[in-house]
Amino acid sequence: MTEITNLGVTETLEGLNKKEFSSEEVTKEYLEIIKNEKDLNAYIHYNAEKSLSLAKLSDERRAKNKALPLEGLPIAVKDIFCVEGERTSACSKILENFIPSYESTVTSKLWQAGGVYIGKTSMDEFAMGSSNETSYFGSVINPWSKSEEKLVPGGSSGGSASAVAARLAPIALGTDTGGSIRQPASFCGTVGIKPTYGRCSRWGIIAFASSLDQAGPLTRSVADSALILQNMAGFDNLDSTSVNIKVPNFLDSCSKSIKGMKIGIPKEYKINELSPEVEKIWDEGIKWIQDAGAEIIDVKLPHTKYALPTYYIVAPAEASANLARYDGVKYGFRKEDTQGLEEMYSQTRAEGFGKEVKRRILIGTYVLSAGYYDAYYLRAQKVRTKIVEDFNSAFSNCDAILTPTAPSGAFKIGEKNIDPITMYMNDIFTVPASLAGLPAMSIPAGLDSNRCPLGLQLIGKGFDEETLFSIGTIIEKSANFKSI
Amino acid sequence: MSLDKSTLERVAYLARIKIEDSEIENITAELNNIMKWIEELNEVDVENTKPMTGVSNESLRERKDEVNDGGYSDKIVSNAPEKIDNSFTVPKVIE
Amino acid sequence: MREAIKLKGETGTWEMVIGLEIHAQVNCKSKLFSGSATDFGASPNSQVSFVDAAMPGMLPVINNEAVNQAIKTGHALNAKINNTSIFDRKNYFYPDLPQGYQISQFKSPIVGEGWINIDLGKGDIKKIGIERLHLEQDAGKLMHDQHPRLSFVDLNRSGIPLMEIVSKPDMRDWEEAGAYLRKLRSIVRYIGSCDGNMDQGSLRCDANISVRRPGEEFGTRCELKNINSVKFMMKAVEYEAYRQIEIIENGGVVKQETRLYDPSKNETRSMRSKEEAHDYRYFPDPDLLPLNISNERIEKYKNELPELPDQKRERFQQDYGLSFYDADVLTADKSYADFFEIVSEERDAKFVANWIITNFFAMLNEVEKSIEESPVNAMQLGELFDLIQDGTISGRTAKDVFEEMFTKGGSAKDIVESKGLKQISNTDELESMAKKIIEDNSEQVSKYKNGNEKLFGWFVGQMMKNTGGTANPKVVNEILKTLLNE
Repeated sequence: MTEITNLGVTETLEGLNKKEFSSEEVTKEYLEIIKNEKDLNAYIHYNAEKSLSLAKLSDERRAKNKALPLEGLPIAVKDIFCVEGERTSACSKILENFIPSYESTVTSKLWQAGGVYIGKTSMDEFAMGSSNETSYFGSVINPWSKSEEKLVPGGSSGGSASAVAARLAPIALGTDTGGSIRQPASFCGTVGIKPTYGRCSRWGIIAFASSLDQAGPLTRSVADSALILQNMAGFDNLDSTSVNIKVPNFLDSCSKSIKGMKIGIPKEYKINELSPEVEKIWDEGIKWIQDAGAEIIDVKLPHTKYALPTYYIVAPAEASANLARYDGVKYGFRKEDTQGLEEMYSQTRAEGFGKEVKRRILIGTYVLSAGYYDAYYLRAQKVRTKIVEDFNSAFSNCDAILTPTAPSGAFKIGEKNIDPITMYMNDIFTVPASLAGLPAMSIPAGLDSNRCPLGLQLIGKGFDEETLFSIGTIIEKSANFKSI
Repeated sequence: MSLDKSTLERVAYLARIKIEDSEIENITAELNNIMKWIEELNEVDVENTKPMTGVSNESLRERKDEVNDGGYSDKIVSNAPEKIDNSFTVPKVIE
Repeated sequence: MREAIKLKGETGTWEMVIGLEIHAQVNCKSKLFSGSATDFGASPNSQVSFVDAAMPGMLPVINNEAVNQAIKTGHALNAKINNTSIFDRKNYFYPDLPQGYQISQFKSPIVGEGWINIDLGKGDIKKIGIERLHLEQDAGKLMHDQHPRLSFVDLNRSGIPLMEIVSKPDMRDWEEAGAYLRKLRSIVRYIGSCDGNMDQGSLRCDANISVRRPGEEFGTRCELKNINSVKFMMKAVEYEAYRQIEIIENGGVVKQETRLYDPSKNETRSMRSKEEAHDYRYFPDPDLLPLNISNERIEKYKNELPELPDQKRERFQQDYGLSFYDADVLTADKSYADFFEIVSEERDAKFVANWIITNFFAMLNEVEKSIEESPVNAMQLGELFDLIQDGTISGRTAKDVFEEMFTKGGSAKDIVESKGLKQISNTDELESMAKKIIEDNSEQVSKYKNGNEKLFGWFVGQMMKNTGGTANPKVVNEILKTLLNE
């Protein structure tokens, strides 16, 4: 028997179904390896007792032939999802000891499908970062790091990506605002999908930028992502931006032919910063898709270069309001012994938020303030419309768009966190789809010269994740990527 | 448009984030750098473009007027850094 | 046409320019964006959901009824209902604002321009423009008197739906402002979109006021807050107008600011704590999509609109033949009008109107009770009127019977019976009584016959005295006239 923790979602569920092992055994194995691999710092918190008792309940259901679709499967959760009774901090000091009395819709759906909570994974504070270095609980290590140099796992769902890659979980939940699932998936050699905006409920997920945030899975295979997304997605009355549209069978899409499909290649993504290795992988990806019978066409996305600056207005603006609730009054950190209310506010927030979060709140406040709103925020929302129009016209000619996920592979811890813009450039390929609310997936496609993973990104039409799963499966097969 | 120190102080006040005098210069420079980069957007012709207000084209969904929530003041204040009975407390506000 | 009050200053006359912003709590069971209750007076934080407390990850979902009520109110204000409106975040920090922003409507409100007529007495009517109506969340409540060092925060009010109704600066004195506020309160009560209760804060009023010399441009305005009755609003406006005039006449400049009205001192004072220039950084709330309202929905509520005060007043004048004044008083509140219509059914409407206004309302006023709290209901009052109209009791006696009904209870009939207040209309009985009085007082009779006609009243008085006031005055008059003029 292979080690349980080497199994993906589908294999684990198969083993559970065949009674090769129990959920309790699976859960124990994961808890053991999580403990042994503490140095990765992928998890910030877990509750062995709770997980084991959930696993036992799951085994009981299975024994009664009442097994649910994900029965007994351990699931790691990014610390941005509120899990009832479990500390949920978004890896910020300001929420260090926050324990929600409610459960996010997405996690709740997964528990109702039989999933077993295994722990909370680290992330960039409030999901603001591309390297997981802004977590209040310290940097997370990319399991692909060689012993001499520690690499970042990407961000903001760095803990989730690292955990899945290092086999500390068969699947981990992430959220993606500008690339926070796809970029760490690329850096750690996992699959990660950001579904269409409105596909998964945002209720109970700590908000960063409300018009961009979406939940999605990080897994070791495309089919695993399909199965998990199937159980996460769906209409939610509690989220006004949730869209009431049927969730198709994503797993079926994984075995569909892509023959005759048109795949668009945008030349605007061939930027100067693109590393030759990434460009090479991109070319290979194009070939794989062609070999599978799809047609490659050129598409134009002329406003691509403006996506990142647009994002750095829209996201901080929304964040500046979303994070105003962390004021030391209702929950979370409060600076003690301050003089009066104003000092309580400003010192609580100065101390409770990390540097990057404060930077973005300040930018967001500035671009919305009197005299600057039109020049920055309003203009950005107009450019955002242009970006949407770009995609609309591109998708009138093609079924999906293929690009690299990130301009490079994983970098060293500390290498890029000196200059914010250098760090922001990491999301240059992932941000456009976020701004347009489109589904996008990163699939591991090869290695760079450091022997670190590189991912390819597929962008689909709104609510057409199915095409991404079909093409993603082809890339996965052709790349024959060997995980750690 | 450049972001000067007094603008930063005003923005920091609006955001209720205390900035130490020693940090002002660095942060001003840093934010200016970012804003300069962002100003690339001025190249785009948006004359006849409408701003985006929502990702989806749907209309706002409305819920029925029913009381089906609340009634758990203990849970509301359970995470409060300071509370007395079921009220949050803050340093006295002078109106 | 009524002339607006002008104020005399040291250097000449001044005119006031007033606009009102009214916050009306929308009559809904649950909050604007959550399912917690909106009842008044619950224990701290007991009517608070995770959404209202702005817990991390919580999202707003709008209350359908609040939207409907806003549409109805818009119609009642003769206003345009917008097919698309947008919810914005208004950003500021305050402990009663858990999200750190209020969800409101800024650039695209649900209701646009409209107007209402206000009544200035003697049939004078003035049209006041409405700038807009928008929906927004209420904030929580801070209590400062519970602790020497701390303020307490109760979020029960947090998220309660409010309609902010903004008038144009069309009012020129406090009487007009008072009439506007009363009319608006009457309208929202008529259509049931707000209970109009100013004591409990379900209707709150901010006044914008500036002064100018007649014919000049608008001056700098101040916003007056914390006004919780029509009377205080009028007083606040008066105080503030004089304050501004004094500043200008002494060579100063009025500063645009928010001022708090203190009813105990009858003065306004600057709210220093809120003086730092606000910058609310409004932007569309990304948690909410644009609110689209179809023309069908707009029309539906237009058609369902009940009779409004102006229409009712006109109908009362036409159908019941009431004077403008009586009709106006009786339609000022829907409860008055309903009461009147029940009582006046198959009775003399003019008489009923007059009696309700002069006697019934006076009594309610005296004991500070609303019409709903009146111990005498419409049916009971109607019975009393029947006794007057069929001659069982006199109008004079009716007042005493009413007082008894009001203070001690019981039906009019029972009181009349038990106290023997039944009017004597029996002509024979009264005639023999009159003859006896004439016989016994020959001196008075001759004086009367010699031209002292005032003495007629003396004879009536004697008749009343003998009957303990129960004689039918009409019959008494007739009999005495016949006998004395023989």
